[in-house]
Amino acid sequence: MLSAHLLYRDRDVDLADPLPDNAAALIDDLELRTLFAAMGDGDEYLEEVALHTVLSSLTDIDRIEYRHAVVADAVTNAPVVREMYAVVAAAISTESKIFHSRLIKAPEAVLGEARRSLRCFVDPMRRLRRIADRHAGDFASDGFIGFFAMLATEIDDAYLATIDDHLGGLGLRGGPLIGVRVGNGNRGTDHALLSPRSPRWARWPSVGARRTYSFEIAQRDMAGADELGRLRSRGLDRAANAVAAAAEHVRLFFTTLRAELGFCVGAANLENRLAGKGEPTCSPVPFPAGTPVLRATGLFDIGLSMNLDDRAVGNDVAADGKRLVMITGANQGGKSTILRAIGTAQLMMQSGLFAPADSFAADIRDGLFTHFKREEDEEMESGKLDEELARMDGIVRAMGPGSMILLNESFSSTNEQEGSEIAGQILRAFGDVGVKVVFVTHLFDLASGLYRSGDDASLFLRAERGEAGERTYRIVEGEPLSTSYGEDVYRTVFPDG
Amino acid sequence: MTNPGQPATALSDAGPHGTGPTGTPHHTILGNTRGTGIEGPADAEAFADLHLDQIVTRILGRVDQDLAPLFRTPLPTVADIEYRHEVFRDLRKPAVLDAIRSFTSSMRSIYVYAGATDDLTGRYAAEGTFVEAVTAYAEAVTAFAGTLPGLDITSRGLSELRDHVLTYASSSGFTGLVSETRTMTDDLTSVRYTMTINGRRVRVGRYRGEPDYGEEVEQTFARFSPGERRRYTRKPGGRNDIGHVEERILELVARLHPEVFGALDAYVERNRAFVDEPLIDFTRGIRFYLDVLAFLAPLERAGLPLCFPTIVDNGDDVHVRDGFDLALADRLVRSRTPIVTNDFALAGAERIVVVTGPNQGGKTTFARMFGQIHHLAAIGCPVPGSSASIPLVDRVLTHFEREEHVENLRGKLADDLVRVRSMLERATPQTVLIMNETLNSTTLTDARFLGEKLLDRIARIGARCVYVTFVDDLAAIDDGIVSLVGGVATGSEEVRTYKIVRRPADGRAYAVALAERYGLTYEQLKGRIEC
Repeated sequence: MLSAHLLYRDRDVDLADPLPDNAAALIDDLELRTLFAAMGDGDEYLEEVALHTVLSSLTDIDRIEYRHAVVADAVTNAPVVREMYAVVAAAISTESKIFHSRLIKAPEAVLGEARRSLRCFVDPMRRLRRIADRHAGDFASDGFIGFFAMLATEIDDAYLATIDDHLGGLGLRGGPLIGVRVGNGNRGTDHALLSPRSPRWARWPSVGARRTYSFEIAQRDMAGADELGRLRSRGLDRAANAVAAAAEHVRLFFTTLRAELGFCVGAANLENRLAGKGEPTCSPVPFPAGTPVLRATGLFDIGLSMNLDDRAVGNDVAADGKRLVMITGANQGGKSTILRAIGTAQLMMQSGLFAPADSFAADIRDGLFTHFKREEDEEMESGKLDEELARMDGIVRAMGPGSMILLNESFSSTNEQEGSEIAGQILRAFGDVGVKVVFVTHLFDLASGLYRSGDDASLFLRAERGEAGERTYRIVEGEPLSTSYGEDVYRTVFPDG
Repeated sequence: MTNPGQPATALSDAGPHGTGPTGTPHHTILGNTRGTGIEGPADAEAFADLHLDQIVTRILGRVDQDLAPLFRTPLPTVADIEYRHEVFRDLRKPAVLDAIRSFTSSMRSIYVYAGATDDLTGRYAAEGTFVEAVTAYAEAVTAFAGTLPGLDITSRGLSELRDHVLTYASSSGFTGLVSETRTMTDDLTSVRYTMTINGRRVRVGRYRGEPDYGEEVEQTFARFSPGERRRYTRKPGGRNDIGHVEERILELVARLHPEVFGALDAYVERNRAFVDEPLIDFTRGIRFYLDVLAFLAPLERAGLPLCFPTIVDNGDDVHVRDGFDLALADRLVRSRTPIVTNDFALAGAERIVVVTGPNQGGKTTFARMFGQIHHLAAIGCPVPGSSASIPLVDRVLTHFEREEHVENLRGKLADDLVRVRSMLERATPQTVLIMNETLNSTTLTDARFLGEKLLDRIARIGARCVYVTFVDDLAAIDDGIVSLVGGVATGSEEVRTYKIVRRPADGRAYAVALAERYGLTYEQLKGRIEC
């Protein structure tokens, strides 16, 4: 059985697996497109692989560490990984030129397609073997070591030669010999393709003189030709299915391998890009689910960094043991940026990538959700709170006590008193059941009330403001302040007052 | 050439035996099928208003409406109803139901086989199908006869059937058929042959032990075909019917094996009329019960109660506990939406119920439920509810407000009153009248005035009546009128339902907090996320 298992110890990657319902919201809210574009480096397929893998979070430490090691290997041995990826991608491209009919499923057609398909893969399999033989010693991760060992045992040269033989022999010239049994209703049954070679005893003249009868259907007998085709199909069915299963398996192996190597290539692309800017990356430390852990130094938002010429401002966060992190303070002071950085780093850690920080540690969460204020809904006054509540309802339906949610200006579509009441009940419930919350908010009443209650499991951060009122984009610990510096922003935008 | 198509005709035409004099099918298992003899075309309207037509369509399916008249024929006596209750009760024992179901479904597949022989062009195809039909029949009867003695059967209908089947199954005619058929099948299915298909030429020969090449290929490629096996080729067509090519092949196979195929000709000739007529009759009649139960089963699985009503005298107290609209419940169960049940209880002398309350409060549903339960009871079926006492009714008549667009209100009012009058003319003290938003399109004053008049007339007839109206005053015009109000919230905040309850009419609106509506209060959230 062929399987690479580069991204999971015990299973294949399948890009057709459904993404979590909140994937679209995560992409928009965390601005993940920039991350995926950096991983794709101009290759749309790699972008898709990045998207799918980053959004399909792993939830146990063993799996995360298994993949961390594979990604580290891929970054170290980038040229070899890229070479294998190229072989696989080229084979898939050649094979995809075969006409795969979705409609005609007659065994003859299936057999023919499957034979051609397998022929496209036999040689690339030999080439992968040769690369493996040359470079296996340079890799250290369980994932790559297991992959190379699989290549060595499953596709040895002798077996590939046997396959070549059979692919040639299934031409069936002269018409197939089909065995039939009379079944219920006198309908023929148990149709089987028989070996054209009779058993030895049947060739003795005394026994072997066989009586046969034959007939020919008329030239214009279309119905008869169809029926004859069906009878023939029954006979070829088993062989056709066997070869088709093999072709599908090999094709699936290549498609899966393309995705798995593709993620590795994407990781190498991203690392290359960040290193080029002088941005730090680190191996994140996953903690078991349960006790809240969140500690980072130099944490930055990849989305922001990719759009700046300079490096992005890094932030430190020390929120171990905190179930609720509330961020208040100046507009455009970096609140949304740190929220996105926290979310992105969590996703990257749980997809086995490195983290965008000098150091990053967090506990594993079984789901990450975002509830961001939707700017585009400004017009529909009446339904805005309804929309926010409906969205929250959908999130609650999907989340569990081990989830994490990032809220950005939630419930600001109603007046502050009502917003605080609704948000307060939600935060209290999340806190009680164990959901981890990071909440960027202007709801001052709510924030200061929670601050004064002195709960150890809550941390209060705010956007820092310099001496002269300028923004530093640093987020520091501190009591919520009642002004949000909206006036400052106003003045920047309207300098004439 | 033999013609094994013969039995198909015998099966599909039950002859004089199968149909009663009025077009209503008569089968022993159904008891009385003549009814009260007073059904008329007007009842079709009540049938539609009460959604009984939807229920019957769901029960019988859209195509096969043979038994539909039974659902429109109220039974004249309590004894007739009890005869059916007995059969239903027997069929509610899982062992009895399984046995009867598996027998009737086998019998139905025999119709299919036998029906198919009509379409077959060739002799060997037809003969093969005939053997299949007899085999299926023999297996069905044998299995049924084997199961019947161990079943707990108490109904008159099924006891009679059991005695018949046991006698028939041990008759020499039947046992002979069984053994003869077995031998025939064994002989046929031991024949093997080969064919080589080369272009348009087919060569047929005896099979001489050539090895299976497909298997060899399969083994070679096994390393690349892990996991579950799936099919890549188109499934060979449904029944693989024999066409003229395979028929010709069979002719050649018959020449290679003359002894087996000669015996087949003789066998078919001997056994043309193989099916027992009373069993055909039973298979048709029992469908009434089976289809009703099959329709009700998902509702019961969803936790909805069903019961056999006690049929009481006109004048006794009546009640239904946990009743519901069967057509609505059928839809809601399929979409997994919770269903509100309702009770009602009327003392012996109480005849008229006036239902008021807010829109969407379940009034129409209640009215339908009331009508359905009385009608279903009258045809001997189980009814929605955990318990029910119901009088024997001669029929259920309805007047539902039509939601048509009218330009001439005066003309519409006149038409409506004509419909009501014709309804009242046919009503007896044994009739149930369901009037839903009758005269709603008039002014409040008119609706009150006319309502009073109509209720007075109904009271004088002595018929039972559910009168749904927006005119609260009508609930209080007479002490003898029972007032029910819809849309009343009951239960705690989390499990609030809206019921119809007995109390003086009022008119209240209900508001719920926005966050609560989305299940986002502290209490709601804790419950939602933790479990």
